[in-house]
Amino acid sequence: MLLHAHTATHPYPTLPYPHTSILLKMEYEAVIGLEVHTQLKTRSKIFCSCSTEFGAKPNHNTCPICQGMPGVLPILNKQVVEFGIRTALAMNCTIADYSLFARKNYFYPDLPKAYQISQYELPLAQHGWIEIQVDGISKKIGVTRIHMEEDAGKSIHDENITGSKNYSFIDFNRCGMPLLEIVSEPDMRSPEEAREYLLKLKGILEYLEVSDCNMEEGSLRCDANISVRPKGSTKLGTKTEVKNMNSFKNVQRALEYEMARQIQILEEGGRIVQETCLWDVDQGVTRPMRSKEEAHDYRYFPEPDLVPLVIDKEWIEQIRKSLPELADARTARFISQYGIPEYDARVLTASKFIADYYENTVKLYPNPKVVSNWVMGDILRKLKEHEEADIRTCPITPQHLAGMLKLIEEGTISGKIAKVVFEDMYATGKMPEEIVKEKGLIQISDEKEVAAVVDRIIAANPETVAQYKAGKQKAFGFFVGEVMKATQGKANPQLVNKLLKEKLST
Amino acid sequence: MKISIEQVEHVAKLARLHLSEEEKQEMSEKLSQILTYMDKLNELNTEGILPTSHVVEIKNVFREDKVEPSLPEDQALQNAPDRVNGYFRVPRVIE
Amino acid sequence: MELCDYTIHELHEMMKRREITSRQITESVLSRIDQVESRIRAYITVLREEALEQAGTIDQKLQKGEIPLTPLTGIPIAVKDLICTRGVLTTCAAKILHNFIPPYDATVIARLKQQNIVMVGKTNLDQFGMGSSTENSYYGITRNPWDLSRVPGGSSGGSAAAVIAGEAIGALGTDTGGSIRQPSSFCSTTGLKPTYGRVSRYGLIAYASSLDQIGPIAKDVTDCAILLNAIAGYDPKDSTSVNLPTPDYTRALVPDITGLKIGIPEEYFIAGMDGEVEEKIWEAVRVLEKLGASSEKVSLPHTEYAVAAYYIIAPAEASSNLARYDGVKYGYRADKYTDLIDMYMTTRSQGFTPEVKRRIMLGTYSLSSGYYDAYYLKAQKVRTLIKRDFEEAFKKYDVLIAPVSPTPAFKIGEKTEDPLQMYLSDIFTIPINLAGVTALSIPCGFTRDGLPIGLQIIGKHFGEETILKVAYAFEQNTEHHKKKPPL
Repeated sequence: MLLHAHTATHPYPTLPYPHTSILLKMEYEAVIGLEVHTQLKTRSKIFCSCSTEFGAKPNHNTCPICQGMPGVLPILNKQVVEFGIRTALAMNCTIADYSLFARKNYFYPDLPKAYQISQYELPLAQHGWIEIQVDGISKKIGVTRIHMEEDAGKSIHDENITGSKNYSFIDFNRCGMPLLEIVSEPDMRSPEEAREYLLKLKGILEYLEVSDCNMEEGSLRCDANISVRPKGSTKLGTKTEVKNMNSFKNVQRALEYEMARQIQILEEGGRIVQETCLWDVDQGVTRPMRSKEEAHDYRYFPEPDLVPLVIDKEWIEQIRKSLPELADARTARFISQYGIPEYDARVLTASKFIADYYENTVKLYPNPKVVSNWVMGDILRKLKEHEEADIRTCPITPQHLAGMLKLIEEGTISGKIAKVVFEDMYATGKMPEEIVKEKGLIQISDEKEVAAVVDRIIAANPETVAQYKAGKQKAFGFFVGEVMKATQGKANPQLVNKLLKEKLST
Repeated sequence: MKISIEQVEHVAKLARLHLSEEEKQEMSEKLSQILTYMDKLNELNTEGILPTSHVVEIKNVFREDKVEPSLPEDQALQNAPDRVNGYFRVPRVIE
Repeated sequence: MELCDYTIHELHEMMKRREITSRQITESVLSRIDQVESRIRAYITVLREEALEQAGTIDQKLQKGEIPLTPLTGIPIAVKDLICTRGVLTTCAAKILHNFIPPYDATVIARLKQQNIVMVGKTNLDQFGMGSSTENSYYGITRNPWDLSRVPGGSSGGSAAAVIAGEAIGALGTDTGGSIRQPSSFCSTTGLKPTYGRVSRYGLIAYASSLDQIGPIAKDVTDCAILLNAIAGYDPKDSTSVNLPTPDYTRALVPDITGLKIGIPEEYFIAGMDGEVEEKIWEAVRVLEKLGASSEKVSLPHTEYAVAAYYIIAPAEASSNLARYDGVKYGYRADKYTDLIDMYMTTRSQGFTPEVKRRIMLGTYSLSSGYYDAYYLKAQKVRTLIKRDFEEAFKKYDVLIAPVSPTPAFKIGEKTEDPLQMYLSDIFTIPINLAGVTALSIPCGFTRDGLPIGLQIIGKHFGEETILKVAYAFEQNTEHHKKKPPL
């Protein structure tokens, strides 16, 4: 939240990314804590009945309550509390039997009441943890607290939309969207761990079906506190806060940059200034957001318009019973049910949607290890190429993938051709059978047809035949390649092998 | 409790109020007078007393997660001092 | 006597007998407004045409049997301009909302409309309810109908003045620290502050959310009960409204208080209290004793801390509640400003009165970093002690009896320069809001100069029936409520 023009230049030299140019006098580690805001998937807003639908016309999903008109009062959406409890349980938190909402007071045009209804002293849940794996080692990251709050509206400053440098436009559609704030302990020691924590947290929220967790659309937002210290030291360094990291990749990049910046200052004998920075995606640098003397005084006090939230054991148990199978349980099940290695099971179950995808594919093509190889290999690679794209919108559905695997098994296409089909399916969304038919990619398994090609290749390369017969085994590969080339890769590889061996040995 | 002009200025900034020099002076005097009276509360030992933020004991009031119609387009911005294309318009917010 | 001088229940009986129409009552009220409003200035908005049209429609529908004749049907009612009325200007007596037209009704308004009342207009008040004299308004000062040089009390001064002057048959006020009871006492009306949570606050523009309640201001106890019947009850739009069945308060109106135990809080009889006020209170106690009640003194030991606690808690909540008036979404925006921050500051500085700014400053200060524990939290703890005082007293007594105000109506301008003196005059009403209990003010006599004096009857949480019953018994045996100001 920004109130004043920030004209000061960055007080430190900007560092290129990745930053490798300094020879460090000692080894450092980072101390990182993350503050995650996730938008909950309710139908209506947290304190009024307006729709949470994304992409409505400006101010269309607003009412006197979320516009903060005089005299109106908030009423808490029960689903928000239940989603909150679900999340707290999945993150091993203690749920408060008594919690309160509080007002966080500050002026900003997209905050219509000039206070945000949040929780402060008595949050929904505290003292939890999330387990992450880094380099095959498990580590527990503490979850300090989880609380519920309302989102603010959106200020639009883009000149292309406002048509002027002099104005900002305000849209209150997002105002009152339910958020959970999940605050971690400063337990992460590297940007990589921070990324792993965030991915794990996202995975949990997806399993619970409480949030869409789309960082680009803003339904998952992350701020970080980071400081550095010499490895082995137990003293905390001065921390900075980094905001505006709008993708998983950027979280890691921003923290790596900030870590390097802090180390450089320390190495040069300087002092870290406690401040809030924004990650500048385009420049790949962090910039200070506002100076310290403008620090806010939010004047929190208990929200008199909302009554205390008292959660009894019965309610918690009822929600606990309704919790879906989470990642760790699913990993164990995948190992026992599908007989795949633990590594595969972990990778596949990290995201609920990838695990769903895997299981749906196995249902259609019951060879768990083959499916696992393809999902972990080609499918995940494809998604990564497209900026961590969502598997739910992947053009290759379980039907596509299973169809293609059947074609391989039946011998209709070769493994090599399958890669071609795969790319085509991703690009066009066509079913594999259709692609194979259209492009004439059906494998040639007719022995006479392949034998004719083999004969032709052998006849055309008498010198290589002689070398092979003289013991140069490598030449065999040459013949395979030539045959495949001549058949545009369609010849059945087993058949080619068999025929070549027969014919070259005579 | 004395409230200095500097404190008045700080609080006025938090409250987004412009005060003239004269108003600051008066505010400092009146607030000092009032807050001195408030110091009376320190006569009371309130150790172990829970604060009352809600005077009638009610808990757990909820609404079901149901969507109701929002304000019609013509009413959503009808009171806005400055509006353009369905947006509220304000002097530029500088980030 | 004109129709506008009758009570709600009298007019209802006449309508039932088809002797009069809603239009006739409304015309009578409007003609009284024509006669006296220029001197009293009780209203910010008079809905002349709308009221006549409403009355006409109601008469027609009654004629055709399309609507039932409830106790409030066709009765002209005034509404404090702190309560949102759909499509009707709602200003809070503030420049900052000088043009605000709510697209919604407060729940109390929706309930009155269900009974087909006629809304006469929106009454003047101390801006946002902050004041005890109705001098603190962007729309001018309301005058006391009994003495035009004096204040009508506040903040619901417009509603109380309108009712006693016959400019409305009944009215709604709001009470955060005495704003219904003190003007009722100054103007000789009967006004009731319900238990916190009894009446929905939805659409009541917040001053101090944990203290605000809407209540009736009427010509007698019966009218008070009729209005309370209409507005009380659980509202799913207000989390702090209590989900308890609402009794028919008119059924409590039996003039029998035999065996009633009255507590007289000794801290409410302080040095500096007007002698005539004290005299009338004791006279009233004797009347009640004659009717079969017994009384004894009781101590509410934390009373002397109530003003300090209140003037920390209420301004703190107000500083937050009034932060939304920033010139962005509705209301006033300054003409000239340099940037966003300046727009906020200029708009707010021009839009609020000095007293409102003072309370915003006070509240902002007591919530600010480093002072929260010493002021706000401390005051909330003292609030607990004050609440306990009442809980203890109500273990032994059915009602508590006290003055409403240490003095009768004071002169216009007399206290405006000394806010602390003004705050201290709320000493007898403030503890009731802090404890969340119910209390009413009923006329109990006049000073030798002819200024009204109010008697405060205090009941426990949801004790409205008891205090109405006591007030009714008193009223049936006295004539004070029948006296009209010489206009």
